[in-house]
Amino acid sequence: MKKRRLVQGNEACAQGGLYAGCDFYAGYPITPATEILEIMAREMPRQGRVFIQMEDEIASISAIIGAAWAGAKTMTATSGPGFSLMQEGIGYAAITETPCVIVDSQRWGPSTGQPTKTSQADLMQARWGTHGDHPVIVLTASGVRDTFEMTVEAFNFAERYRVPVILLLDEVLSHLREDIYWPEPGELEVIDREPPSSPEAFAPFGGHGFLPLGGGKRFNVTGMAHDKQGFVARGAQAAAGLRALMERIEGQTMTMARYSEEIPDDAETLIVAYGITVRAARRAVQLLAAEGLVAGLLELRTLWPFPAELLRGAIQGGQIKRVLVPELNLGQLVLEVERILAGQVPVARLGRVDGYLITPEQIAEAITEQAGPSAESKRQRRAAHATS
Amino acid sequence: MLPQDPYQLRLSGSGGQGLITVGVILAEAGLLEGYRVAQTQSYGPEARLGASRSEVILSSRPIAYPEVSEPDFLLSISQDAFDKYGSQMPEKSLILVDDFYVTLSRSESYPQQIYALPIIHTAEELGNKLVSNVVALGALNRLLGLVSEAHLKEAVLRRVPAKYRELNASALEAGARLGRPQAKAVG
Amino acid sequence: MPRVESYLRGEELPHVWCAGCGNGTIVRELIQAVDQLGWSKDEVAVIGGIGCSGRTPFILDFNTMHTTHGRALAFATGVKLARPELHVVVASGDGDASGIGGNHFIHACRRNIDLTLLVFNNGLYGQTGGQLAPTTPMGARTATTRTGNIDPPFDIAQLALAAGASFVARTTTFDNQDQEMKRFIQLALAHRGFSLVEVLCQCPTYFGRMNGLGDPHEMLFHLRDETLPLEELPEVLHRWEEQVRAQTVSLEQAKGMLPEELAGKILTGIFCNEDRPEYTQSYQELQQSLQTHDKQEKAGVA
Repeated sequence: MKKRRLVQGNEACAQGGLYAGCDFYAGYPITPATEILEIMAREMPRQGRVFIQMEDEIASISAIIGAAWAGAKTMTATSGPGFSLMQEGIGYAAITETPCVIVDSQRWGPSTGQPTKTSQADLMQARWGTHGDHPVIVLTASGVRDTFEMTVEAFNFAERYRVPVILLLDEVLSHLREDIYWPEPGELEVIDREPPSSPEAFAPFGGHGFLPLGGGKRFNVTGMAHDKQGFVARGAQAAAGLRALMERIEGQTMTMARYSEEIPDDAETLIVAYGITVRAARRAVQLLAAEGLVAGLLELRTLWPFPAELLRGAIQGGQIKRVLVPELNLGQLVLEVERILAGQVPVARLGRVDGYLITPEQIAEAITEQAGPSAESKRQRRAAHATS
Repeated sequence: MLPQDPYQLRLSGSGGQGLITVGVILAEAGLLEGYRVAQTQSYGPEARLGASRSEVILSSRPIAYPEVSEPDFLLSISQDAFDKYGSQMPEKSLILVDDFYVTLSRSESYPQQIYALPIIHTAEELGNKLVSNVVALGALNRLLGLVSEAHLKEAVLRRVPAKYRELNASALEAGARLGRPQAKAVG
Repeated sequence: MPRVESYLRGEELPHVWCAGCGNGTIVRELIQAVDQLGWSKDEVAVIGGIGCSGRTPFILDFNTMHTTHGRALAFATGVKLARPELHVVVASGDGDASGIGGNHFIHACRRNIDLTLLVFNNGLYGQTGGQLAPTTPMGARTATTRTGNIDPPFDIAQLALAAGASFVARTTTFDNQDQEMKRFIQLALAHRGFSLVEVLCQCPTYFGRMNGLGDPHEMLFHLRDETLPLEELPEVLHRWEEQVRAQTVSLEQAKGMLPEELAGKILTGIFCNEDRPEYTQSYQELQQSLQTHDKQEKAGVA
């Protein structure tokens, strides 16, 4: 029989990386991501894999990109200040179609901010932190088991789509310990890089398969706009390359949408939440139900590319009268939700930025307030009905 | 059986008193007992200077929200920690403090049930103040009856290095003796 | 020289470097060094940073990577650790290596990881139009020091030595008959550990013009005259402390000068060539010892 184990979020992340076959980890210590670095330092050499502590986060991401081109499955983990430093490398990884995983355990910012306090304020940075239009996939998780699974998924997406994948955790989730079923080998799908049909036919960019440096065909990798062989492209050719790069990711938005929908048929309120805030939202739904107010929850695990179709689908039918987006920032995901729903239903925001989690009570209260007097009376009628 | 389901504990003291370890051990013991568990902590500078805390939820059902919202129990083994967290405790809750290092202000009357036990003194008698946390763990578990003593011991032994096993086992037993039913509430 | 051409990517020629630039000379010597070592193209990786020198990877028919500004060594560290069988050469400019990449530079030296770094040192930032670099000599004019530089420069070879590189050499693009640059590069490539060959090279377009140093030809003679091979020095001068900046003394004059008068010459030669623990090797040993330990522990328990 499977046993449950007590596991910390950061441990689940590191072990998820190992499960996914991470061959190469480079990193730099930073709160609250340090445990990932420490676990990798302990585990990787004894498993015949490569770990190196680099001189800073720029070096860390540069090293994993180099290692990825040498054929390794690679990963690094950091937090806000380090994530800012990594933006340069993320841009390079995006334009060079480099598979790699970057974990950002979010903490209160900007700058040094409050290193030990939580936040979800790197959402837009994860999408747009590096300069220029570029593709990127951003995932998140709301629990310890979920962190394990989404780390594996981050590797799968990186390998399948040849793109840097960012996994957003946060200080609370990183340090949270929960009991989980430990994934058995084979239980979760692990995708590896596909070799090209032949080394001769291989083009390093814009094609299929992957051949490492030293793999039998000599090619050039560059962060400059380039053609399929890695030589400089300009004008229309550069534009076409960029469009193709974007299309490869954005064209698969729904294929890579990871989410859970807990929306009862009679729900009039929809909470759109992600990351650790999902936990408060889920509890809030229970609290509201006890008062006779039915709310639904849409948990997003894939944040970018944003699954617009999924959100539109969730409010289709006209049953949902209002949407609430709780997040640990001053309004980031809510902008995307507002943009997509385009005024079809009112969208309210609930932000908390004192370094602590949004509580279930705060969400329940926001919804009661948003629902207004009519919902209040309805709630009372239902409650009366329930007790009678 | 949990006194409340879910049961929420806040364990507090000064940085370095091992409260986070106690939280992890209790969560582990809860898991052995068959409960769903969540353990969180205050972290960083706050855990090294001044009041530090670790929180545990034990529940028979899946835990939606993993942080302690209304603690059923507070452990404070430093004055700082008691001053900070004591006032936040709901009326119907239970507080365990160190009888020497925590002074209860006489001007206040506490609605909560408070136990003041010689936790740190007991650890000192065992020859190592560092096991105060495990003494406290033994005491609180005997008071609350959260998990079986066998599971608690197993969880403690999993988390301590081999050469300190005996010491920690003694600390746990000594703590349990402090928490026996005859222990009197002072508040 | 058909041999050299066979190492170049025809479709990437002509290259982007100005007429009279010293970079081509360094690339030629690199190719000849690799060729003489008998390495196949497939087992060599050349990784460049940003700047004129950073364009080196494009024209070479090796496994090549053109990275970001200053980070080439960090990328190369990843490549080398993940694929230790590759011979990894890094091409950097002086600004790339000691300005924006200064941190990666000292740490790669410190680890003594088996990479060969070629620093193309032309004394300024060429690709952006000739601005002050950390290596620009005092008094030199650049696009951002129009009236003469007041920033004391780095000595890249000295920096590498202090940071722990186990092979450190400096030469110039002036062909001093005994093919010194090729010899140094060949020794560096064959060396197990971090190896640096700093090559002082001419940038006629900016450094030459702004400082009235004449055409590329004249600049080469200038490079000859302002440098002093280590072996020509009195013993006492082999010590680094003796080495300072300013550069107007000719080699012939230098020979008859007192040590204190010699202050100011740029020394060339091999400053360090030592056998020290190499990083990828040390890492593999760590892996093996941990695996052995775990195996024994498992066997002991079972």
